Amino acid sequence: MSDSKQKIKLIDEKGLRVDGRKPDELRPISLKVGILKQADGSAYIEQGKNKIIVAVYGPRELHPRHLALPDRALLRCTYRMSSFSVPERKSPVPSRREIELSKVIREALEPSIFLEYFPRSAIDVYIQVLQADGGTRTASITAAALALADAGIPMRDLVVACAAGKVDGQLVIDLCDEEDKEGEADVPVAIMPQLKRVTLLQMDGSLTKEEFQQAFKMALSGCMKIYEMQKEALRREFITIREEVLKAAENNENKNNKEKEA
Amino acid sequence: MSFSYNISPTIEKARIYQAVLSGERTDGRKLDEYREIKIETGYVKKAEGSAFVHLGDTKVIAGIKVELGTPFPDTPEKGVFLIGAEFVPTASPTFEPGPPDENAIELGRVVDRAIRHAEMIDLEKLCIIPGEKVYTVFADIYVIDHDGNLFDASTLAVVAAALTAKLPKYEIVDDNTVRFLDEMVPLPIKNRVATITWARINNKLVVDPNNEEEIVMDSRITIGIDEHDKVVAIQKGGSGYMSYEDVEYALDKSFKLARDLIKKLPSGG
Repeated sequence: MSDSKQKIKLIDEKGLRVDGRKPDELRPISLKVGILKQADGSAYIEQGKNKIIVAVYGPRELHPRHLALPDRALLRCTYRMSSFSVPERKSPVPSRREIELSKVIREALEPSIFLEYFPRSAIDVYIQVLQADGGTRTASITAAALALADAGIPMRDLVVACAAGKVDGQLVIDLCDEEDKEGEADVPVAIMPQLKRVTLLQMDGSLTKEEFQQAFKMALSGCMKIYEMQKEALRREFITIREEVLKAAENNENKNNKEKEA
Repeated sequence: MSFSYNISPTIEKARIYQAVLSGERTDGRKLDEYREIKIETGYVKKAEGSAFVHLGDTKVIAGIKVELGTPFPDTPEKGVFLIGAEFVPTASPTFEPGPPDENAIELGRVVDRAIRHAEMIDLEKLCIIPGEKVYTVFADIYVIDHDGNLFDASTLAVVAAALTAKLPKYEIVDDNTVRFLDEMVPLPIKNRVATITWARINNKLVVDPNNEEEIVMDSRITIGIDEHDKVVAIQKGGSGYMSYEDVEYALDKSFKLARDLIKKLPSGG
């Protein structure tokens, strides 16, 4: 990971990071819910330079049918990077990394969903990375939880993810691409924030026990900050929808009244 | 006991749950006790390094092959080390012939992460002509019999194989033609590493789960620790969750277990 020969300075004299952030500062995050017309649920996240779209289809009929589970829905998750999302063109053939990430993201979302409500059916989560800037798996999970909620799928809790790591000997949260590549460690964490349960935990790099414990704590506090943004994004979307519904109901009533009068 | 599918009868599940609660597992082990470990190195003579690992009834072979290759563009002065995993259909009724599925890919990548971030193999010493010619070292994991905890068995196998692996010496003829010689030297090693896997069953963590335990577990966590007590890799898996306390407990308990596993490895280099 760290290459001593051509090391870029990742923390400056003032203790600020390559993009001017403080160690415990998140990148700017914007979340939008319900951005796709055809999907049952969808969400869009921008976190730093990351741009990721998530669509949820289902619960729906499962094909091929032999995959059906008798007691619960099958959750399928596909994480893909667009060929132009990274500096060197990424071949559209699924890489080993994408296959592993699809699996861990699915396992991060799975504990939050009441899959047992929909036996023999499928819930599909499609994640498309349009632009990648480090921490795509955590951003994908944050957006996927919103897309599941947008699809109206019953959930125990939202799932929110944030990474912590170590760059230039300093523990930081929400690593950008450069920090991810040149840094000493990366610890992505996903949690169900109300239930206080860890649904994704990975690490690569080299940390002492105490450093890991501290990084884990920092990732959790990052998660709680992003969780507030998630709730806000849902509220924004559903207040608009509520207004639309109320307006439609009012129009309908007016129409009915007019018909009665006539 | 063999299962045609990854489904366990309710009564079986209840038995394992009860055993975990009582502190003595169905095979008589304590919650933090490993099964018997046997490491046989040099099992495959045609490979540059190999190890056959028995972890209880789990059997895994790792073999190392060395080729002349080109470095990755972003690391022109480093050799290449690649790990793959094959789930051989002999190993389990749930394994099918075909390209590696997501489980095999995850296994290979987690073992790779532990070894790579422990910087176990001195990749700089595998460089022959910077930017052009390097040693490419392939480590392939073959799961022969699956009775649970493939992660730890595979890490042991790859690490043991690497520790006993040999590289052919080379000479450079003309300007840029590299030729391997018959004389062999040990693969340059800087560190050793082990992974410790815990399964969460009935709200308790058990180490080194066997197959019947893995079938009923909610989730698992694998922690890679090197010989300097550094944490180098972690992977949570399975469709369940871990509590914050579970993570803390697994981390706390894994250091001693990792030291014990590393002691069982051949000394390398």
